[in-house]
Amino acid sequence: MAPVLSIEGITKTFTDGESICRTLDGISFEVEENEIVCIMGPSGCGKSTLLRIINDLEHADTGTIREASKDKTGKPTTAMVFQDHALFPWLTVYDNIVYGLRLSVQKLSEEEIAKRAEGLLSLTHLDSFAKAYPHQLSGGMKQRASVARALAIKPSVLLMDEPFSALDPFTRRELEDEVMRIREDLRTTILLVTHNPTEAIYLADRIIVLSARPAVVAGILYVDIPHPREMANPEFLKIRETIIRMVRGKEGLRE
Amino acid sequence: MVLISRQTLLEYGKGLLVIVLLLVAWEGFALLIQNNYILPPLGEIFSVLLHPTEPILGGQSLLANTLVSLREVLTGFLVAAALAIPSGLLIGWSREIQVYFNPVIQILRPVPPIAWMPFAIAWFGIGFNSILFIIAMGAFFPILINTIDGVQGVRKRWIEVSEMFHATTFEQLKTVVFPGALPMIWTGLRVSFGVAWMCVVAAEMLPGTSAGVGFLIMYAYNLGQIQVIGAGMVIIGIIGLGADIIFRAGQARLFGWQGKE
Repeated sequence: MAPVLSIEGITKTFTDGESICRTLDGISFEVEENEIVCIMGPSGCGKSTLLRIINDLEHADTGTIREASKDKTGKPTTAMVFQDHALFPWLTVYDNIVYGLRLSVQKLSEEEIAKRAEGLLSLTHLDSFAKAYPHQLSGGMKQRASVARALAIKPSVLLMDEPFSALDPFTRRELEDEVMRIREDLRTTILLVTHNPTEAIYLADRIIVLSARPAVVAGILYVDIPHPREMANPEFLKIRETIIRMVRGKEGLRE
Repeated sequence: MVLISRQTLLEYGKGLLVIVLLLVAWEGFALLIQNNYILPPLGEIFSVLLHPTEPILGGQSLLANTLVSLREVLTGFLVAAALAIPSGLLIGWSREIQVYFNPVIQILRPVPPIAWMPFAIAWFGIGFNSILFIIAMGAFFPILINTIDGVQGVRKRWIEVSEMFHATTFEQLKTVVFPGALPMIWTGLRVSFGVAWMCVVAAEMLPGTSAGVGFLIMYAYNLGQIQVIGAGMVIIGIIGLGADIIFRAGQARLFGWQGKE
């Protein structure tokens, strides 16, 4: 089966006045349907930039992004969850979730929108907070609302940019479990950037490790541990060790 | 439900205390000087204020004059807002448009609205339309500048969210830029209402007008009725204060999210 998303030879250079900084140096990989892929790498290697390029918020210098289900206009059908929830503070949780659905590009009736919102509110356990404003929610709830907003448009791939890094460890684990459940329920494909190896191993089917700038794919790790994954599992610890070594640049599986 | 907290009540009390002290001092000096032209006794000012519907000096009543001024202010203010908010949204949104318009805004902004009076009279004749023009001129810039600042202060991330969902430019302006900038626009409206109120009084003082609080003050001055001037000033102050209270209450109600996002 064709991959949902294939990324080929993405390069990106940032210029800041006189200085030129090559961030991404030919990144290629594919994401299969219903897969959770985590991207890891040293800070500043361009992980977030890569997600932004996939979502068309930034342009690559070279390379192509192929999406199996691009819409007629050629715009990406992915949706992003940002690190800082990025909810609109003047809208209720409900109105935030349906924000994307109400835009003209979706052509949905208010009835269809309400139906979809209902499902998402219950999926993310926000039913009783539909009329609340973001500032009345906890950090975890805000991030769940942000996930619901992204899922609303039924994205081909849910892109998550360090979505749980601002949360406490307990909330973080709760949301990680929720991501797993969403994947089961909706068969969502997820591409997640994280700097936390434990999180990556807990969630991912595959982990793509990027090298320091200019970033190349340093290695791809397959995580073949049954869910729910325990940190005490020797395989878990082994992969964790490998990731840390790779990110620190001591072990490379350059292709 | 407690409408006003003890703390707020105490603060109001302290503010009131200073007003009372000033009034006592005024009355004291008035009694001491015994010269109505320099300091009219408070009793005379209050007697004008307490009979707002009585004709003054053979002309219209205090209330009628106040309503004339209020109507002028509201009309001018609305015209200014209707022009300044869309202009501010576009100028703040597009760097290109800003490059064209910024110099002319910076040159016109410091010109006192009342300086436009000769042009206003030449263009619109003596009366309501000229006064309206002066008020709109005065109210326009605070709204415009605040709208531009508000738009430029909208979080980039919010705009990215709308881009991510493929909003059209119009949808971005309507659903993200305008609501995101609204708290600043509101501040602009509050400031500009104060300016508009100052403009109306100044404009009405010019020759050719026949109604309004500013006219009443000038008319009373010509006839040596200082207590009417005092009453007019009190009315101006109270309406200015009232408008400010309404705008602030609206701010707290509408933008409770500010600073908590």
